[in-house]
Amino acid sequence: MKVIVCIKQVPDTTNVRINPETNTLVREGVQSIINPFDVYALEEAVRLREKHGGTVTVITMGPPQAVEALRESISLGADNAFLVSDRAFAGADTLATAYALACAVKKLGGADIILMGRQAIDGDTGQVGPGVAENLGISHVTDIRKIEEIVDGRIVVERLLEEGYARLAARLPVVLTVVKEINIPRLPSLKGKMAAKKAEIPVLKAADIGADTERLGLNGSPTQVMKIFTPPKPSGGKKFTGEPAETVGALLAELAAAGITIREK
Amino acid sequence: MDPIRVIVQNCVGCSLCVKSCPYNAIALSGPVGAKLDRPTAVIDLGVCTLCGACVEACKRYQAIVITRRTFKGQDIKKYTGIAILAEHRRGKLGSVVPEIIGAARELQKELSAPVCAVLVGSGVRKFTDELLSYGVDEVWMIDNPGIGDFDEDVHAELVAEILMEKKPEIFLGGGTVVGRSLLPRVAAKILTGLTADCTELSIDTATMLLRQTRPAFGGNIMATILTQNHRPQMATVRHKVMTPAEKVARPRGTVIDLNHIPVPPSKLEFLEFVEEKSATVNLVEADVIVSGGRGIKDPKNFELIEKLALATGGAVGASRAAVDAGWIPYSHQVGQTGKTVKPKVYIACGISGAIQHLAGMKGADVIVAINSDPSAPIFDVAHFGIVGDLFKVVPELMKRLENGT
Amino acid sequence: MNYFLTEDQKMIKDLAAQIAREKIAPIAAELDESGEFPWEVVQTLAKSDLFRVFIPTDYDGLGGGMFEMCLVVEELSRACSGIALAYAASGLGTIPIILFGNEEQKKKYLPRLAAGEILAAFGLTESGAGSDAAAIKTTAKPDGDSYVLNGTKQWITNGGEASIYTVVALTDPARGVRGSSTILVEKDHPGFTFGKKENKMGIRASATRELVFQDCRVPKTNLLAKEGMGFLVAMKTLDQSRPGVASQALGISQGALDKAIEYSRERRQFGKPISAFQGIQFMLADMATQVEASRALTYAAARSIDAGEKDVSRLSAMAKVFASDTAMRVTTDAVQILGGYGYMKDYPVEKMMRDAKITQIYEGTNQIQREVIALGLIKESVRGAAKV
Repeated sequence: MKVIVCIKQVPDTTNVRINPETNTLVREGVQSIINPFDVYALEEAVRLREKHGGTVTVITMGPPQAVEALRESISLGADNAFLVSDRAFAGADTLATAYALACAVKKLGGADIILMGRQAIDGDTGQVGPGVAENLGISHVTDIRKIEEIVDGRIVVERLLEEGYARLAARLPVVLTVVKEINIPRLPSLKGKMAAKKAEIPVLKAADIGADTERLGLNGSPTQVMKIFTPPKPSGGKKFTGEPAETVGALLAELAAAGITIREK
Repeated sequence: MDPIRVIVQNCVGCSLCVKSCPYNAIALSGPVGAKLDRPTAVIDLGVCTLCGACVEACKRYQAIVITRRTFKGQDIKKYTGIAILAEHRRGKLGSVVPEIIGAARELQKELSAPVCAVLVGSGVRKFTDELLSYGVDEVWMIDNPGIGDFDEDVHAELVAEILMEKKPEIFLGGGTVVGRSLLPRVAAKILTGLTADCTELSIDTATMLLRQTRPAFGGNIMATILTQNHRPQMATVRHKVMTPAEKVARPRGTVIDLNHIPVPPSKLEFLEFVEEKSATVNLVEADVIVSGGRGIKDPKNFELIEKLALATGGAVGASRAAVDAGWIPYSHQVGQTGKTVKPKVYIACGISGAIQHLAGMKGADVIVAINSDPSAPIFDVAHFGIVGDLFKVVPELMKRLENGT
Repeated sequence: MNYFLTEDQKMIKDLAAQIAREKIAPIAAELDESGEFPWEVVQTLAKSDLFRVFIPTDYDGLGGGMFEMCLVVEELSRACSGIALAYAASGLGTIPIILFGNEEQKKKYLPRLAAGEILAAFGLTESGAGSDAAAIKTTAKPDGDSYVLNGTKQWITNGGEASIYTVVALTDPARGVRGSSTILVEKDHPGFTFGKKENKMGIRASATRELVFQDCRVPKTNLLAKEGMGFLVAMKTLDQSRPGVASQALGISQGALDKAIEYSRERRQFGKPISAFQGIQFMLADMATQVEASRALTYAAARSIDAGEKDVSRLSAMAKVFASDTAMRVTTDAVQILGGYGYMKDYPVEKMMRDAKITQIYEGTNQIQREVIALGLIKESVRGAAKV
């Protein structure tokens, strides 16, 4: 069984802080990590290999330093990795990213299952998985919380929805995006880390993946970021006294102003 | 030409761009600038992701420029109208749908264009009255027994066909599990731009483009996005943020049958749906936690905390006092001897704020405290506090949340 | 402080630290209370190849030495020295096989120990033979192609959980110490049972039991080295492993110091964090200096051993004495700094203080260590005088 896992190297946004004076992101000391959801995807891929045999290949589209995330993937059990990197890819939105990754997957000869996390913790879109599937002309199912079985090219999965889960079957090949409920990822092993250190990780450039340059990077991106700003953070220490109708109203207004939602999903 | 460049003559070496870059791609290592005797900004193209944060930061001097030549898009002149996805499942219209219609009708005020609902499925005709009652001008419908609720591939195909035939300039979906899976597939089929999880939508009156604002970086920053050359401008809308459309007294819209569009067979096989209201949200992973303490006074009052947790889609936490009193199992304990949590919102009800409890939750992004004692130490760490009787405040809070106000 | 670790050593240390943080720290208090053996952590360590660290490559190990083992023990002990002991004590039980095992014995046991499939333990101490190890009474009577063991070993770490035990017994009681031998006993050899689990002051997540031999029959092929070499095997083993105890104490000290610093910054009295008071600052400074000195001595001893230095006893003893006395001092000070909260089981430092005490006692009491150091100094001085 051939599995390709698409990962993304992201800044550890759970630890990012805002400089209160300049209102900008403080990125000093913020580490680059494998997108946590992708770690779950990688773990699932390794478990599939343990159960069904085959290979686990990890790819990522990113700048040169993303190779570290690929090495880490090898220490977590991946067999090999490829870095899809080229200046032509810079500025890609999810459409262009999905296109490039799909081209890379095709170049690598395709796969039975393409796995990735439900979303990246920097972009938070969750759009690349479905886009890759569309570009490859294969099925996709998002929010997978369990792969029940794979028999004779038919895969049965559990998809997590808001009010429960759906059991679906699809024919391979398929793109699956996973949620954290799917497994508990293993820690790296020393042998894995040593293999990762020595691993040769080829770089695939735009020309190598046979991509139409018009569809890559900034020029391949219909969406465009016009503005980035930091939302007003609650400054703290506001105390409301009075009748519940008033105090609750005031609280909700403050929360709304700070862009904080506390309503049932 | 490089897609991003620094106009050295304009750069004053103020380093605002350096600080704004989330990827550490800019350094003040360029030739000394003309304006002031300081080194100018240099952007490492190998690291730069062209996110544009620096362009924004350099508003004043306009020394950074991003040039783009996107691939050819659709013929914009032919696209008009605001379409929304009428998401439905197992006989019910999605609760996000009135919110999307509400957002669409707000946009309609600027665009003066019809609001249309895309309704695809089996036996969906029964939703048309409800959609029209929210002020939708047209329902574009494909009602066919061959379209299963969970045949998302078929839905994607049909929605794309409808959009290409009807050519709305905007298409909105819900930021739901389905919306966030279906719309990207549609966008990739049509080759247009899609923005996820918008918390704000508006029309830029100068360009008549849809301004799509949404959180990124785990909510630490907000980005405003445009899709300039491609249509429709697609976006998913975050659930429970937009105000739902008000029903109209006299619905005047029409239903347009699009059953001429052929329905392909699905490559997915639906086996079963299992309902599971996740009452036990994982405490450590929860975005919202509602916690009860000694002020709850009685074990049966913990129900109130549970109800509020449910209403906020959050998890239930407790202080050690509540756990020791046997009101709630130890697995819910937050604190030095319980769990350490870092939710987006922590609502502490009847919790005094002893140091052992604070140790477990002071990392929360926003702390809300409800306590009848104005000098309770919890108020020292809370961002927002309500001094009052939690048995009155919590029901009031739940009432407001349910009413969507 | 940079101790100039190689890349591989840093990798081992970082991975051990990650496991300590993610898998050990969250359960430390619970296991201290219940005394349950940390099998899940053992499995995690096994999967991450940490048991391979000090085993030669010929036997599926990664070919590291005592230094690498110390790095692991230090990091794991920072989170919980009781849990770390499952690993460290297995190391102690494995060393005799590495040093003295024949090819067959090494091939039989080392790969499984490297994979963390089984744990080892070391059985020397008896109720009448602690510091006076030569006073052991357990016998191993040669009988045909077996030895028959009779006697009881006391306070054996990993007792009951380990699968393989390196036991020192008298094959020729008439010759005393020179009649002792080290024998590999497997858990399921007939006549081998365990006493009840001891209820300890500290390191409560480690299993401490009696080994009870009643006509326990073990094949003669399980003899390590030669008959009569039992004590030599034991002493050489303890010499090698001594930095391991030192690193356990070091880990405890570092963990306690970290908590004390963190608390002193958060606790406010008289309008200031208590870290603003010189009294506390001086305590922290002294604690940190002693911890760093422990580290330097421990690392030096471990590196000496790995470099094959012949005379490592004195440095080894110094590392053990200093690190364990430091651990007791630092943990006591940490409790003091946390004040009332430090005394409560809610906070982790009282456990660290209870854990630290044993490091001054086992693997050669600190009194014995001091004797070793003093005798070494005197002998060296005599030699020096003789040269003149």
